[in-house]
This record gives sequence, structure tokens and C-alpha cells, in this order.
Amino acid sequence: MQTVNLEKENYKQLLKRFIEKNDEETLYKADLFSKESIRQNVTPDEIIHVYIQALEDLYPDLPETFRRSLDFLLETMISYGVAYKEFQEMREEQLEIKSELALAAKMQEKLLNTRVPEIKGLDIGAISIPAKQMNGDYYHFIEDHRGNLGVAIADVIGKGFPAALCMSMVKYTMDSFPESRMLPKRILQLLNRVVEKNVDPGMFVTMFYGLYNPDSHDFYYASAGHEPGLFYHGQHGVFTEIEAKGLVLGVERDVTYKQYKRRIELGDMIVLLTDGVTECRRGERFLERDEVIEVMKQYTHLPAQQMVERVFRYFEELQDFQLRDDFTLIVIRREN
Amino acid sequence: MNSQSCVNIEKEWDIVSARQLGRNLARKLGFGTVDQARIATAISELARNIYLYAGSGEIYFDIVEDHPKKGIRIRAIDQGQGIEDIGKVMKDGYSTSGGLGAGLPGVKRLMDEFHISSVPGAGTEVEVVKWLR
Ligand SMILES: Nc1ncnc2c1ncn2[C@@H]1O[C@H](COP(=O)(O)OP(=O)(O)OP(=O)(O)O)[C@@H](O)[C@H]1O
Ligand SMILES: [Mg+2]
Repeated sequence: MQTVNLEKENYKQLLKRFIEKNDEETLYKADLFSKESIRQNVTPDEIIHVYIQALEDLYPDLPETFRRSLDFLLETMISYGVAYKEFQEMREEQLEIKSELALAAKMQEKLLNTRVPEIKGLDIGAISIPAKQMNGDYYHFIEDHRGNLGVAIADVIGKGFPAALCMSMVKYTMDSFPESRMLPKRILQLLNRVVEKNVDPGMFVTMFYGLYNPDSHDFYYASAGHEPGLFYHGQHGVFTEIEAKGLVLGVERDVTYKQYKRRIELGDMIVLLTDGVTECRRGERFLERDEVIEVMKQYTHLPAQQMVERVFRYFEELQDFQLRDDFTLIVIRREN
Repeated sequence: MNSQSCVNIEKEWDIVSARQLGRNLARKLGFGTVDQARIATAISELARNIYLYAGSGEIYFDIVEDHPKKGIRIRAIDQGQGIEDIGKVMKDGYSTSGGLGAGLPGVKRLMDEFHISSVPGAGTEVEVVKWLR
């Protein structure tokens, strides 16, 4: 790779050549010159200065009026140079903050880390991708001593760092629950109290909690205002919404949650998600829920982990690879 | 008039031809000098990426109309190694040059529309449009 010579002399030669030949090649070289200048922190007013000097060298007999006009140009660029310096400083600070955040995000990942359990008769897939560095979504799997599978999926309303801290608190609260009390309605009730007491008004948490009994294949669940998930009926190949009502965590002190129950048949799936999935946008328009379902349908034949990954890829591409919200998707399929 | 032109990118010199073709087309369409230069710079970035990372590829130019708007469309297509994590590449400050205003995020800023798709191991396609106003 050729390196660009940032000498004034080089600039002068480029300028001379362009004036004589008016060619694209020199413009290309000028482009490389300016990229290199940026890399070496050269400010815009300094470039103008180099230009004026080169021009004076090439044309020693410039009319005085024209010469003065160049001084005028330089003068009007000085403030841009100052602004540019300020911008560079801010950029450096930002890079520092970013690397701190990256560290924090790594810690958070460790804190919130949950293993997808291996349970006979269930095929489970999960994916959770933050839009920014810190994830305001959370999911968690727990197995109790009777072999039941507990699954939590939650979303903090609010983004970034505060949301992530809030999630860590939710996780620790859940870890402290005794294993024997894993009924969804009970868990939400307890969590609600903790969130209400400890979290700023204005920050809310939605959560769906489910308990799967792998012997009876009954699925018990309750929701605290969480984005409705989906049941997939393997036999008919249709998705239906999981209906569950309940108040968002942290709004009122004493809330009781309604608990629902459903039998899961062979080939059925439980799909849990956050609004990062359903609020994907195509351009300016939100996707309809039906469209989300159509996308899922394309991938139902895949193993659960592949299915969630493919659905994510699809939505990532749809949004030009810039997620607007944290994205979490869990699929639990009953299989032989 | 929707004739398509194309420049093959294989040598560094081809980057210059692509810039030239794009600039001329932009001028004919009625873009001002500053926009012409922006378009040429965007083409430069795309062509350089092909030259540096894919080895070879093509840049296609055509005119797009979306009544009453009119604009220039540039598509950079290659069958190179592709990009593993597009989300990362589109973040500012990722480009290897580390420069400001450079790389693919820079192209996005220079143009009005920007779409990228890439399959690792199979190739990359970037489509950009600048509308005449
Ligand atoms: N056509 C392509 N084929 C394969 N990889 C590509 C292609 N275009 C870009 N990349 C990859 O994406 C990265 C980012 O590209 P981008 O143009 O934004 O920055 P850069 O080329 O690294 O630096 P700069 O353009 O500022 O000199 C590249 O480093 C390269 O790894
Ligand atoms: Mg590049």
C-alpha cells in the first residue's frame, strides 16, 4: 500500500498537476491526501494554509487583491479549526467512555449469564442481543430439584446503563428465591415488591415467567405487562398469542398476578420475546405482528437454537444492521 | 434514459475511472460541484474496498427516478470474502484507517440512501443513492 506524503511539497505538486491537467487521478490523490491528513490530526485551517502557500509558490505574481482574499478565506476557517480540535478531544473522550462501557458490558454479560439447560424432551434456543452496548433485556433459565424448568424473560422500560443496572438487581433477586417457590404468580409478586421499592419511579420492568413440568408437559405462566409470546401448534402449523394479563413490575406495591396453565403437545413450541422483536421497523413502519409470525414460520423446521438465530439475522438485515431496541427471543419446543 | 454503465475494479487505477464516470454522470444529471465531489468520494471508498478486500468487482451506475425525484444510483458488487459482522463495520471508528468521516459509515453520510448486504465467503453488495434536490 502506498503511503501518502503529507509534505507541503507533495500538496504543491498535486495542485500544480491538477491545474495543468484537470484530471480525476489527481483528485483521487487529493482524496487520499485528505484522509491521511485527518488521520494525522491536521485541522481544516491548516489545509487551507498549505494550499495558500502552495499557490503562492506556484504563482509568485498573484494579484494583491486575490492574495488578500486568500487571507480572508484562512481567517474564516480558523474557527473551524478550533471547532475541529474540540471535536477531536470529544472523540477521544468518547472512545474512553466506550471502552469503559465495553468493560461494563462484559461484566454484565457475566453477571446475567444463564446456561440453556438440557432437558430430555425439550429443544431450547435463546438469543439476546443488545442494541447498544448494555442489554436492557434479560432471560434466565432455572431448573428446580423436581426437574421443572423455570424460564424468565424481562425487559426494562428505559435503555442503556440504568436499565442494565436494574436488570442486574432483578437477577440477584431471582437468585435469592428459594427453589421450592417457583410458581410464576408468586415470583412476579415478590419481584414486583423489590422493583417497586428499589427502582426509580419512571423505570419499569416487564416480565413473563413460565414453569414447565417435563413430566406432565403442563406449562404454567404469568405475565407482568410483558410483550405477549406465542404458542405454536405443531399439528396445525399455526401461531397464537399467549394471552396473559398483569401489571408491569414496579408500579404499585401490592399486586397479585394471575397464573395460567396450558398443556404442550408433541411438536408444539413456546415462543417468548421482547418488544425489540415485534417493534422492528421496515423503514418508518413498524412490522405487523402477523409479519413477525410469517418470519418465524419460515424457520419452524429448524432446531430451536438455529431458529432463533435465523430469525434474528432476518430482522437485523431488515433494519440495515442497526437494532433500535434490545432483541431477545426464546424458543422451547417439545420433541420426542 | 436508464442505460447502465459499469466499471470493473481490478487495479488501483480503476478506482480513478469509476470516480470519473460517476462524477460525469452526476454532472450531467445536474448535481452541483460539491455534490459531484461527494459522489466521487463515496465511489472512491466503495471501489477501494473492492480493490483492497475483494480483489476485484464491479461498480454499476444508473439513474433512478422516484417521481418527482431523480437521482444517481451506484452499486458496488464483488464476489470476495464478504464481511463477517456488518453491524460492527457500520459503527464509526471501526475502519482500519481509524479515520474520521472515512469508510462505509462515511459513505452513508455522503449519500442519501445506503444498503449493504454481504455473505461471508461469497461477496458483498453495497447500493447507494443520491437524490437531486
Ligand atoms: N467489499 C468488501 N469485501 C470484504 N470486506 C470488506 C469490503 N468492504 C469492507 N470490508 C471490510 O470492512 C471493513 C471496514 O471497511 P471500511 O471501508 O468502513 O473501512 P476500511 O476500509 O477498513 O478503512 P478506510 O476505508 O477508512 O480506509 C474493512 O476493514 C474490511 O475488513
Ligand atoms: Mg474502506
